[in-house]
Amino acid sequence: MTQVPMQHALALAAVLFSLGLAGLLVRRNLIMMLMSVEIMLNAAGLAFIAAGSRWGQADGQIMFLLILTLAAAEIGVGLGLVLLVYRRFQTLDADRLNGMQG
Amino acid sequence: MELSLFYLSALIAVASTLMVVIQLNAVHALLYLIVSLLASGFIFYLLGAYFAAVLEVIIYAGAIMVLFVFVVMMLNLGQKTLAQEKSWFYPGIWRGPVLLSSLLLAELIYVVAQAPRVDFGQVVDSKTVGIALFGPYLLMVEAASMLLLAGLVGAYHLGRPLKEKSSS
Repeated sequence: MTQVPMQHALALAAVLFSLGLAGLLVRRNLIMMLMSVEIMLNAAGLAFIAAGSRWGQADGQIMFLLILTLAAAEIGVGLGLVLLVYRRFQTLDADRLNGMQG
Repeated sequence: MELSLFYLSALIAVASTLMVVIQLNAVHALLYLIVSLLASGFIFYLLGAYFAAVLEVIIYAGAIMVLFVFVVMMLNLGQKTLAQEKSWFYPGIWRGPVLLSSLLLAELIYVVAQAPRVDFGQVVDSKTVGIALFGPYLLMVEAASMLLLAGLVGAYHLGRPLKEKSSS
């Protein structure tokens, strides 16, 4: 298979993770924030895959599978919450959600 | 040749992820995110993780992105939200977060660059993954199924009509 330098794969994962983090901090739209979380989870999965491929072990892919499961469950609940917020406040602005009602 | 394929798909992944972060229209951002996930899937294939590459395309670029598209369609975000996004995304708001993230990125790259150069790319086929999944990791598979069930019940609970809740 392809001989890829380990550093470059890990650096790619780091770049994707930082982009996702910047997106999560910059955006105010709840859907965009969820998308940035997906980007960060995917970058973590890429790091696991690279490590699993480096040592020829299956554990990296298994960790990726678990991240995938986590992302699926998280996105189901997260999008349900987004729909609820939109129905109640008629907006997706995360900064508007600063009040709690007992 | 294959190494240049890796760099090309890495470039595509980074560029499309950047477009996701700076895109104002939610649907356009979703399409860029799909391109980014497909590029990551190709990178998984190049690294020898065939099973993970297939799952990346089917579950990430397929199922999860379809969920996003459905929610964007249900919320019916039109021109009004585009103008709203434009007003939120004024120049200067990104300075602090981008500074912090690039500092973090610089640290990560520095740490990664310290390690000696290792060329890798061993194929881990799906048979090995399956045997490990249903051998030492059996309990984790059960825990993951519990997590999915909890996600399903939680999404159903959040999605039920509000009227029913206020009357009770």
